[in-house]
Amino acid sequence: MIEATELTKDYGEKRAVNEISFTVRPGIVTGFLGPNGSGKSTTMRLILGLDAPNKGDVKVNGKHYREHPAPLHEVGALLEARSVHTGRSAYSHLLALAQTHGIPRRRVVDMVDLVGLQEVARKRAGQFSLGMGQRLGIAAALLGDPATVLLDEPVNGLDPEGVHWIRHLLKQLAAEGRTVFVSSHLMSEMALTADHVIVIGRGRLIADMSIDEFVRKASGERVRVRTPQATQLRELVLGPKITVATSEAGVLEIEGRTAEQVGEIAAENRIVLHELVPVQASLEEAFMELTRDDVEFKSIETQEREELAA
Amino acid sequence: MSSATAVVSIPRLGVSGRVTQARVVLSEWTKFVSLRSTRWSLGVGFLLTIAFPIIFAAVTASHWAHMSPSDRAGRHPLDIALAGVNVGQLAIAVLGVLVITGEYSTGMIRSTLIAVPKRLPVLWGKLGVFAAVSFLLMLPAVIISFFASQSILAGHHILQISFAAPGIARAVIGGALYVMLVGIFALGIGSIVRNTAGGIATFAGIFFVIPPLMNVLPTSWNNAISRYLPSEAGRQLFALHTGANSLSPLWGGLLMLGYCAAAVAIAAVLLVRRDA
Repeated sequence: MIEATELTKDYGEKRAVNEISFTVRPGIVTGFLGPNGSGKSTTMRLILGLDAPNKGDVKVNGKHYREHPAPLHEVGALLEARSVHTGRSAYSHLLALAQTHGIPRRRVVDMVDLVGLQEVARKRAGQFSLGMGQRLGIAAALLGDPATVLLDEPVNGLDPEGVHWIRHLLKQLAAEGRTVFVSSHLMSEMALTADHVIVIGRGRLIADMSIDEFVRKASGERVRVRTPQATQLRELVLGPKITVATSEAGVLEIEGRTAEQVGEIAAENRIVLHELVPVQASLEEAFMELTRDDVEFKSIETQEREELAA
Repeated sequence: MSSATAVVSIPRLGVSGRVTQARVVLSEWTKFVSLRSTRWSLGVGFLLTIAFPIIFAAVTASHWAHMSPSDRAGRHPLDIALAGVNVGQLAIAVLGVLVITGEYSTGMIRSTLIAVPKRLPVLWGKLGVFAAVSFLLMLPAVIISFFASQSILAGHHILQISFAAPGIARAVIGGALYVMLVGIFALGIGSIVRNTAGGIATFAGIFFVIPPLMNVLPTSWNNAISRYLPSEAGRQLFALHTGANSLSPLWGGLLMLGYCAAAVAIAAVLLVRRDA
């Protein structure tokens, strides 16, 4: 459980996180979404007490992180920035962290095996690829068997297999009743793993809702129907704020009604349906739409395109 | 790395312990010995401390016949025995800075402070491990230096001095103590500056640049001030004869200890207050 209230952090003149309040609950995967530079990593640092907030407060499992007598059992964290001495082996790195809590060596070996680093555990971490570095970070995060897991952009640098592995891991951690808080700038990634999303842009909270609700809101209600009685159905579903488009003969794209509604209308009027599909607009697009004004660092290309459009 | 992909099953950790100072010391020990740079710095510090007196003794012995009486009078066996201290301190000081700045430059400090968010136990742990190791390494180094240089000089029947003579044992052990204190001071500086190059430069400035700069001051000022500099106060620990403008070994040592305490105190306050 993570509870943030009016959390605010300034770096010099720049406000990185602006009065955000949210709660991350156990038992589900909560995605933390936002464009690069939106304040995700800063929020993570504030949760972990690496940085002190200028205003507001954040507690983990009921206490400030710093006040926990055994912090690694409370929170396991993977930060986006590398947090390993390049001259030390993966094994020694994990052992040193484990020793602060009296965690046995056996556990270090277990974690090395879990993330699949057994063959390189004695090599210096400076020689690791980005993906191996991520795996080491995840091993460190799980070392203390933490009640809360905090992962900042965990799929960065992972190969497709690694990405797949992370998805399974996150779901597994949540299924075990842990609080799982995962940041990402990739909407599609979150759509696959998260049950709930918290969206921030330029340090402000934009959305805090279940992934289903987010997807629905973001994509609107669009249904694709294939029917031999297209003209008839079209008349029946039309109404205020409802638009119907036809891209090919016998196919209707209905915006403003759910698949359930369309199906029921069709059944009542004995209309045969060959296909009834709720259409989700590209999540990536929806996310871009939602955070567009909040993207701190637009690429020049994007800016130019917008200027042309304007 | 493919074997871990199929099924994810996270083993549970049966025991659960809390962070204690003793555990943090053990953790810092693991970190300290698991780095190549540590072993190199310690090895170099140890070897230089011994090598210089041996070379110095050999050169003195071979030139003795050609040396003028005043040159001969200027050579003291203890100066020869502890000639390596000034060089060895460099290696230990650099290591002292690196112990902490290495964590900042690599980002390790974040992992460290996430594991020990109260932070101060980390500083105490680093200091304890580093001070103990550097003293326990330098003590045999200066003792070996003393007896090795003495045995070379004994071969030519010159400059013999007994370890039991007044002040000798104190000066030899004081040499090791001095290097340890220099290391602690450097660690404090490193923790304040949080940057390897900056830490080493600051240390070098205080120990090697400011002292000669004092010579531009009028002699009376120089005599009044120089004795209180950390390098000058600290070296009284391993000096046999203290000059008229120098502090006694005890007061010099205590003042050096005071400088260390001040550097560490500032480092501690900043470690707790600053964002990591």
